[in-house]
Amino acid sequence: MSALTQDTLSPAPASPIDKPSAGRAIKDKLATVAVWTAFGIAIIPLVWILYTVVDRGANLLFDPHWWTNSQRGIVARVAGGGAYHAIIGTLLQAAVTAIIAVPIAVFTAIYLVEYGRGKLARTVSFMVDILTGIPSIVAALFIYAVWVTTFGLERVGFAVCLALVLLMIPVVVRSTEEMLKLVPNELREASYALGVPKWKTIFKIVLPTSFSGIVTGVLLGLARIMGETAPLLILGPYSKSINTDLFGGFMAALPTMINQDRVESYDPALNRVWAAALTLIVLVMVLNIAGRVIARRSKVSR
Amino acid sequence: MAQRIDVKDLNVYYSSFKAVEGVSMAVDPRTVTAFIGPSGCGKSTFLRTLNRMHEVIPGGRVEGSVQLNGRDLYAKEVDPVAVRRTVGMVFQRPNPFPTMSIFDNVAAGLRLNGEKRKKVLAERVEKSLRGANLWNEVKDRLAKPGAGLSGGQQQRLCIARAIAVQPQVLLMDEPCSALDPISTMAVEDLINELKTEYTIVIVTHNMQQAARVSDRTAFFNLAATGKPGRLVEINDTDKIFSNPTEKATEDYISGRFG
Repeated sequence: MSALTQDTLSPAPASPIDKPSAGRAIKDKLATVAVWTAFGIAIIPLVWILYTVVDRGANLLFDPHWWTNSQRGIVARVAGGGAYHAIIGTLLQAAVTAIIAVPIAVFTAIYLVEYGRGKLARTVSFMVDILTGIPSIVAALFIYAVWVTTFGLERVGFAVCLALVLLMIPVVVRSTEEMLKLVPNELREASYALGVPKWKTIFKIVLPTSFSGIVTGVLLGLARIMGETAPLLILGPYSKSINTDLFGGFMAALPTMINQDRVESYDPALNRVWAAALTLIVLVMVLNIAGRVIARRSKVSR
Repeated sequence: MAQRIDVKDLNVYYSSFKAVEGVSMAVDPRTVTAFIGPSGCGKSTFLRTLNRMHEVIPGGRVEGSVQLNGRDLYAKEVDPVAVRRTVGMVFQRPNPFPTMSIFDNVAAGLRLNGEKRKKVLAERVEKSLRGANLWNEVKDRLAKPGAGLSGGQQQRLCIARAIAVQPQVLLMDEPCSALDPISTMAVEDLINELKTEYTIVIVTHNMQQAARVSDRTAFFNLAATGKPGRLVEINDTDKIFSNPTEKATEDYISGRFG
């Protein structure tokens, strides 16, 4: 009896499986606080931006005219009109850019992962790294120098696409490369062992296995170029009218629409700036969701 | 169908490193030959030279000759892709194609080699799955993904996939090392059935398995780490396990090293 009381009252002898020591508990708390603080600081600007853009831009997006009309003939102090001309411009330019950039980028990644050995592969990989680091304004000026200065052509939507291609290729090459590297070598060997040639193994086994990852990479690339402004400022001046011809006339895009009216002091114009910004965010989001759905549906039905 | 293999003075390299040295052996049709030996002795490397899978690895090359029914697999005009259609392979870890259903996995080899007729594919898939003792377990869920099967079923699926292209020889690289005893037994029973039609070469770390499934056993060893592996002896399995010629073989199978 006395032994029992003594046991319960006196502190138990230190055992390694007892509670962690005070020092470790404090360190644990500190680390937890540090991680949560960092997360909070990182999330503040994001929430702030989203809140401001939604707060000031959302009401125009509920107006059907926003999605069907252009700004033709509408001045800064008048409300009304829409962003159709800019939306169609952004989507057209993004689509054409993707059509040109994705095959080049995916084939480059296939070369680097599946075939590339030695000097040429190292050079290609190094060039992709350099391309990743090129500021968008440099890419735009390069295309300007080729398209306008050298060939003497007009500034048109397609020239913007060419500059965007330069910016999109490295993003897609790098992400596709990572995805192809994730495909286990055992699958390639299993295919070779069935007497399947290498190119067929790549197209029928490796690419389908990494398809959803490649789609995600393409979407990241698209998201990047859709908000890109420098090429538009240099190669694609703003126009208030609808223009779907990539080879003739000025073509509006959402970033230039935002840029056009941001210095205005009239409220209707400023409201349209916020609404255009929100539209751009929504477009990128919709593309991301669509891409994910496509990537998921491409897999075998469970 | 089944064909004989004759290997003469084969050296196998990874770039400048000689991994296997001076192997000569003959494998009769419709037999099971087991390769045993300690880790790193080059038995898997040697196995992969029998269907030219070794050269898939950068720097992989061989010297010497491997003949399949008298035809040199390493002759200049021979297409390695065609060799692999004739000499199939099952790997250590089950590796079904993750994007494909059970049916598509088995049909993969045929489809990717151009077979499009639905009826032919369906017949061959059923025959291969029956051959791999898997048909009854999966016949109601052929459209389900192959990766959803258990490990043992996946390995039998991979065997079905390998025999669906009707090879002459089947190479197995430790096919049971990732499987539990029950699945191992299923695969071993399967090997016994398959040898009526195929020439089978199997690498195994499990000496009891070699004793159970093989007609002939080859013992590989290496003199020291960094030295190339060699074929110590090849003989009837009974002889190897009861009365081996070489002292090293006896030491290995009696558990004195390795």
